[in-house]
Amino acid sequence: MNPGPVDLASLSVIILLCAPLLVSLLSRSQRLLIYSGFALTAAASLLAVFAGAWTVWSGETQKLIMLIGLPDLPFHLRLDPLAGFFLVVIGLLSFFVSVYSIGYVKGFLGKRSVTSLAIFYCLFLAGMYMVVLSDDALIFLISWEVMAAASYFLVMFEDERIENRRAAFLYMVVAHVGAIAILLSFGVLAGLATGFGSFSGYTFDAMRSAHFPVEWATVAFLLSFFGFAAKAGVIPLHVWLPEAHPVAPSNVSALMSGVMLKTAIYGIIRVTFDLIRVFPWWWGAIVLVFGLVSAVMGVLYALMQHDLKRLLAYHSVENIGIILIGIGLAMIFTAFKLPLLAALALTAGIYHTLNHAMFKGLLFMGAGAVLHATHERNMEEMGGLIHLMPWTAALFLIGCISISALPPFNGFVSEWLTFQAFLLSPSLPSPLLKLLIPMGAALLALTGALAAACFVKAFGVTFLGHWRGHHRPNVREADWPMRMGMIMAAAACLLLGILPTLAIGWMDAVPQQLIGASIGTSAGAFGWMWLTPVAYQRASYSGPIVFFGILGIVIAAYLLLHVRPGAIHRVPIWDCGFEKIDQRMQYNATSFAMPIRRIFGFLFNVKERVRTSQQTVHKAFPKKLYYSLHVRDRFWGWLYKPVIRASFWGSRKVGRLQQGRIQAYLIYSFVTIIVLLVFLR
Amino acid sequence: MNIHNAAQIISFLAALVLLCAFGMLVQRRMYGLIHLFAWQGLFLSISTAVVGFVAGKHHLYISSVLTLSLKVVLLPYILHVLIQRLKIQKEVETVVNVPMTMLIGIVLVIFSYHLTAPVREISTLVTRSVLAIALATVMIGLLMMITRRHAVTQIIGFLAMENGLFFAATSATYGMPLVVELGVALDVLIAAFIFGIFFFHIHTTFDSLDVEQMARLKEGD
Repeated sequence: MNPGPVDLASLSVIILLCAPLLVSLLSRSQRLLIYSGFALTAAASLLAVFAGAWTVWSGETQKLIMLIGLPDLPFHLRLDPLAGFFLVVIGLLSFFVSVYSIGYVKGFLGKRSVTSLAIFYCLFLAGMYMVVLSDDALIFLISWEVMAAASYFLVMFEDERIENRRAAFLYMVVAHVGAIAILLSFGVLAGLATGFGSFSGYTFDAMRSAHFPVEWATVAFLLSFFGFAAKAGVIPLHVWLPEAHPVAPSNVSALMSGVMLKTAIYGIIRVTFDLIRVFPWWWGAIVLVFGLVSAVMGVLYALMQHDLKRLLAYHSVENIGIILIGIGLAMIFTAFKLPLLAALALTAGIYHTLNHAMFKGLLFMGAGAVLHATHERNMEEMGGLIHLMPWTAALFLIGCISISALPPFNGFVSEWLTFQAFLLSPSLPSPLLKLLIPMGAALLALTGALAAACFVKAFGVTFLGHWRGHHRPNVREADWPMRMGMIMAAAACLLLGILPTLAIGWMDAVPQQLIGASIGTSAGAFGWMWLTPVAYQRASYSGPIVFFGILGIVIAAYLLLHVRPGAIHRVPIWDCGFEKIDQRMQYNATSFAMPIRRIFGFLFNVKERVRTSQQTVHKAFPKKLYYSLHVRDRFWGWLYKPVIRASFWGSRKVGRLQQGRIQAYLIYSFVTIIVLLVFLR
Repeated sequence: MNIHNAAQIISFLAALVLLCAFGMLVQRRMYGLIHLFAWQGLFLSISTAVVGFVAGKHHLYISSVLTLSLKVVLLPYILHVLIQRLKIQKEVETVVNVPMTMLIGIVLVIFSYHLTAPVREISTLVTRSVLAIALATVMIGLLMMITRRHAVTQIIGFLAMENGLFFAATSATYGMPLVVELGVALDVLIAAFIFGIFFFHIHTTFDSLDVEQMARLKEGD
């Protein structure tokens, strides 16, 4: 028997599920544990990438039924192009992050045991692979929970800090509320597929072959969208994200933000395009609206942050929004029977999924390297790191350019494709959509511009200027494994940016499978140099030409401005006549974001206060000024506070039943029995 | 002994069981309570033997002997020892006053008769008329657990409930299979032992067996 891709992928999962045994055996020698554990996960990830890439390449679907699990309910595995594509996304970043982890996790040596980190890291990866491989509701939910539980423990890793415990708890609550919604959604689908009396509807095959009445399908879709949106961090269910990502170890936040959120995207695509298949256009409009809101609000909130990892977490919200815009458009076009445009929008969405995994992984790895070196997450305390950490700075800059959607890197290509989907859309027979689609394009443009502004701030404040903090730590450049992880991710960003035609040709099997149309032939009609989605008269982009053009300009500028003798003078900074200028007076994150805070202030809960110190001679000459700024998420007060208060109120009321006296409890049972006997006899 | 006489005897014994139950409801002394419990067990045992004889179910003899040894001899003895060790012979306090408890008990008996009326019409067994009394015994046992504050009396209430259940089983269906009955008997024995051990611990912790004291364990707001 020749091993097929699905066997390789299962082998990878089995390796990851067995790895914790090895890891716990090695817990005595932590250094060896780190090397062997993360080498093993890297190997397993490569295996998964290979299996996924092979499947997408061949466009074939393979199935595997495992006779384990509950009696009469075997586990079904299936590797189709969609699953294969997500396997590549997850596996590729897991490979980079595993290499990176070898260096990063060494930072914990001597401080605390990393055994639990390694164990849950393996289980986390295994859970994510299993989610995309699963082909029935049972194993899907089991894998989903394995993934959620493992990531909960990873967020909890440094559990002596209260913010870790709070963030992990919040994450757990949101994840479980979402999981319940997904469970109910699958329940509705399974029940409608084969009737509520039978269990055989739990396989995805049974759901695929069923026809759902539109109202029940809507219930299932709304439930699953809610559940997956909670995992993906779609506004307003995003609150756990900016809490959990900053406190998790950076390699874990890279994975959580880069690929765990993508499993939710996978779930949305799987349920709508594959299981339900036929849906009205307004489902797409819902996805589109939530995507737009997440994109714009996510980037605006990101701009207000001065914690580097928190900022990146809000950017995940933004990028999930952009991905959802693509998927929402694809749903609308599918509902209006425009398969080519739907294929374009879906390709844009999943291409951005892959790209976001790469550059967000890179950025979190970079933030982790900075954190590793400086032990500082607050950007206001950093600065000038480009001199001390040139590698990290250069690689982080590549991530910044990618996420800001600037050519020649990958973020540009996928956002450009999303724009094409917007711009090429014909006038659709719905007044709402006629309004929504142009507005969506405008909002997407706004998002891109704000993201660029945000990353000018992130990169500028962190790496440029001088050190802003009071105490300057002993900063050292990241070591080689960390650098290697980041270099590979940066290379992936560049390659996906300059060779988009090849990438789109490769991933063509996914829209082919789900929509029955593809843009591979038209996109690559002019060879690998030119990307021409749909038609060359409308729009075309050539990654290589842009790349070499930019490279040429940069080289020319360098030669002109740097190499010429005497081109650079070093002079003292002009201090505006104020003589005591120091490093605390640099432009910082808060001041950079101030104009945008003024314009969009109504969207946040801003508390800004300036106070002068008491011991002053005259009001006009205060000795000291105190400035405090708190920017909060409005959704917390609007949506979560009432729910929290209501649940506390309810539990206090119910708590009154608990008298703490045995007689009272006995009376409860006694009265219950009597009432049941009277009414139900 | 023909069927008619047997039914008379069983009804009479059932009346005595109920009487014991009411006696336990009002008895304030600990020793008296245990004696009443033992008497109840004895009547139960005799009635089981009579049912076994009439219905020709010989495994009921084993149940009968089991009841006799367990509920008439062993458990009262254990409780006796417990009371002596813990020096708690004094009168037991009730939460609700005795006349009130009696009235509730009477209401429960009437309620049980009302509840089992449809069963009595369908059933053809000799013992069908005592089902109501068995149910009443269960409810009175529960009532006793509710109205008493002392942990030992609560155990006696629990055991009286078990007596009622056993009585219901013999009267409604001529007894459960022997395996089940053996299991139940063992459970009761073990429960009594566990309770005994717990009493010692509760007594040393709270210096009292008043379950009101355990309200202190409740988490404050």
